[in-house]
Amino acid sequence: MEIRPILASLRKHRIPALLIMLEIALACAVLCNAVFMIGQRVTDIHLPNAIDEDGISVVTVNGADPKLAGSDIPRNLAALRGIAGVTAVAAVTSMPLDQNPALSPFTATPDAKSTVNTSVYFIGSGGEQALGLHLLEGRYFNADEYADSGLQDFHSTGHVALVTQSDAHRLWPGQSALGKTLYTNATGWTVVGVVADMLAQDPKFNRAEGRYSSVFFPLHPDAMMGDYVVRSAQRDRERVVRDAAQVLDKLQPGAVVEGKTYAGMRDEYFATTNSMVWMLVLVCVVMLAVTAFGIVGLTSFWVGQRRRQIGIRRAVGATRGHIMQYFQTENFLLSTAGVVMGMAMAFGINLYLMRHYEMMRMPWYYLPGSAVALWVVGQLAVFGPARRAAAVPPVVATRSA
Amino acid sequence: MFGYYLDLALQSLRRNKVLTALMVLAIALGIGACMTTFTVLHVLSGDPLPGKSARLFYPQLDPRDMIDYGADKDPASQVTWTDGMNLLKAKRAERQVLMTGGDVPVQPAQSGLEPFLSDARYTTADFFPMFETPFLFGHGWSEAEDNGKARVAVITRTLNDKLFGGKDSTGQILRMKDTAFQVIGVLDTWRPNPHFYDLNMGNYAATEDVFVPLATARDVRLERDGSMNCWGKGSGDAEHLEAATCVWLQFWVQLESADKAAAYRTFLDNYSKEQKALGRFQRPPNVRLPNLMEWMDINKVVPSDVRLQGWLALGFLLVCLVNTVGLMLAKFLRRSGELGVRRALGASKREVFMQLLVEAAVIGLAGGIGGLLLAFLGLWLVRLQPADYASLAHLDLSMLLATFMLAIAASLLAGLLPAWRACQIAPALQLKSQ
Repeated sequence: MEIRPILASLRKHRIPALLIMLEIALACAVLCNAVFMIGQRVTDIHLPNAIDEDGISVVTVNGADPKLAGSDIPRNLAALRGIAGVTAVAAVTSMPLDQNPALSPFTATPDAKSTVNTSVYFIGSGGEQALGLHLLEGRYFNADEYADSGLQDFHSTGHVALVTQSDAHRLWPGQSALGKTLYTNATGWTVVGVVADMLAQDPKFNRAEGRYSSVFFPLHPDAMMGDYVVRSAQRDRERVVRDAAQVLDKLQPGAVVEGKTYAGMRDEYFATTNSMVWMLVLVCVVMLAVTAFGIVGLTSFWVGQRRRQIGIRRAVGATRGHIMQYFQTENFLLSTAGVVMGMAMAFGINLYLMRHYEMMRMPWYYLPGSAVALWVVGQLAVFGPARRAAAVPPVVATRSA
Repeated sequence: MFGYYLDLALQSLRRNKVLTALMVLAIALGIGACMTTFTVLHVLSGDPLPGKSARLFYPQLDPRDMIDYGADKDPASQVTWTDGMNLLKAKRAERQVLMTGGDVPVQPAQSGLEPFLSDARYTTADFFPMFETPFLFGHGWSEAEDNGKARVAVITRTLNDKLFGGKDSTGQILRMKDTAFQVIGVLDTWRPNPHFYDLNMGNYAATEDVFVPLATARDVRLERDGSMNCWGKGSGDAEHLEAATCVWLQFWVQLESADKAAAYRTFLDNYSKEQKALGRFQRPPNVRLPNLMEWMDINKVVPSDVRLQGWLALGFLLVCLVNTVGLMLAKFLRRSGELGVRRALGASKREVFMQLLVEAAVIGLAGGIGGLLLAFLGLWLVRLQPADYASLAHLDLSMLLATFMLAIAASLLAGLLPAWRACQIAPALQLKSQ
């Protein structure tokens, strides 16, 4: 296909040509960044979480008499175990994604000047089975450690702790965390096990580096434990959570009892992120549609304007295919110019967003990705008008316009 | 003449309905998206207490130890019990209030109602006059009740409707956490946005349903809620919060003039020095005294997602505008013949230009109406979202007018280039080729 006549004709229609290029460039710039934002959010929504998310339900009890916690909690756990289909239960102080960050600063040496701020979980006996943690190194807490560990001033009176893989890496980079001591001021706890990464109570609050930062301590029944974790098979969970909430409601009159499946908790946590994703998708689709209609409009105008020329070309031997190709190539050239401009703009916008918003650098493949998308949109848009151009009969050449 | 142009414009728009519809749709989509996001931005970045906010200040101190210290770091974002009480009792400001959030199990007397959790605010007496809260019945409490740890409560209209059927409940008993409180006041609907006095509850949280004196809440050990930051031996243990090295309370002051604000700053600075001399503070004095709106800015209360959406909508409007420019160009140039006749019959370039601009404005007006409908739809969608600000997204009169201004300005802008281009046509050439 000869390009020179196309370029010559574009030079005569500078303004419409520039407009199509500008339109494609803007669409490309916005599309790149919007798709990148979608990607980041979808990654967040699907962050892995090494607990049994499908089987867990959580029943929260608020306003029970703290003085009775020592006897209430074992009784409540026994009652929950009695529900058909329940495989494990435990009382804990908080849950990942429960939106109440409980953070504590820890250090790897007693006198370190900088701290690692970590989500703290106190788990009751059997907490590891109920949550479905994945042990990578070492061991879980034993029965004595559960029985002997209390809570004073929000610190464990026990001597042992579990850390997540990420925290092990943050506190002791390049070393095994097993057997190391975790400090707050002068108090230390021995790390007896490392578990796979579990999400923090509020990962958005903790930022990316603290997303999987969690430390676990054993705890005997204590008033701080407001969450009952009930594990069952996935198909039973809806019934189990209903039954469990009823059971605890009866056992703790006057307290406020609320049951949720963990899947529901997760959806709730990511609900705003999810709606942002749909909003972005909607904007991208509508924007591409608007761009396409713009191209259809301008190309149709061109076709109308050049009916005579097309007729002459057809009369002197050009086939319909040639005419189609002419408009398609023309659109391809304009798209390419637009896309090149757009990629530069997209990059600039990304730099701006990185500076003013919590945005990461856009990986390079987003640029060619949206370039291809716009080429496709351009070709689709030009197809209709090009076909109409190809349908112009050669006889037009013989008529005066 | 304007009437004639309008007539011509309508005729021309009717001639090519698809093209007209495309242009109107493009403008409407761009305007709709912009107005939706701008309205949300406008609502979220509003002043929660217009006329008063410039006189409300949020004093910040830095009582922490040297771990994680840096000279350029911000002071603590809340105060400890000790500092809060010291500043409160010093009474150096017109009014001052110390508070924290919490939740209380409400145990209704009616048998038909199960106990439920309510968001609560534990605060000292000045909260009500300082923030000018509207009372439906009764009144707030005074310093005497604060000091006497009185079992009194102020509730909102919502809770009053739920528990007392909307009747004047002052003097009635409200049971919370197995303790009897006397209702002394009922607040009328009051929802400042943002929830400026305690951003830890969510930037656009609803107003708490129960208000209890701070000292009473501590005495009854009502559960506190919100952010707490501890250092040294401090811990969040509920029993020893008064002595803990933790910041967990919000402290606000009302200062009537810039001079008084400057004086209060000096007071805070001196207070920090004094505490450092006493050995309670370790860091060098680092005090700040932002006013309400400055404090909102520091905390970036407007969610970054909402601001991003604003930029995105603007980009989208730009795409729509360029698109409209292209379509208008096609439309105007297609009528070169007609315009050539008009020019040949004596219309000046200026007149043709005006005629085409009127046509652009008509498109803008139609686009504005469409955009308005789309903005209503968009805001309805925003209200369905789970974010805490969702219920606030409503179009007000100023944004309504702004929609039309923006739509017409945008389409006139889009019409400039095509109209100018169409005026450049040499009439003779057009007439000849006919």
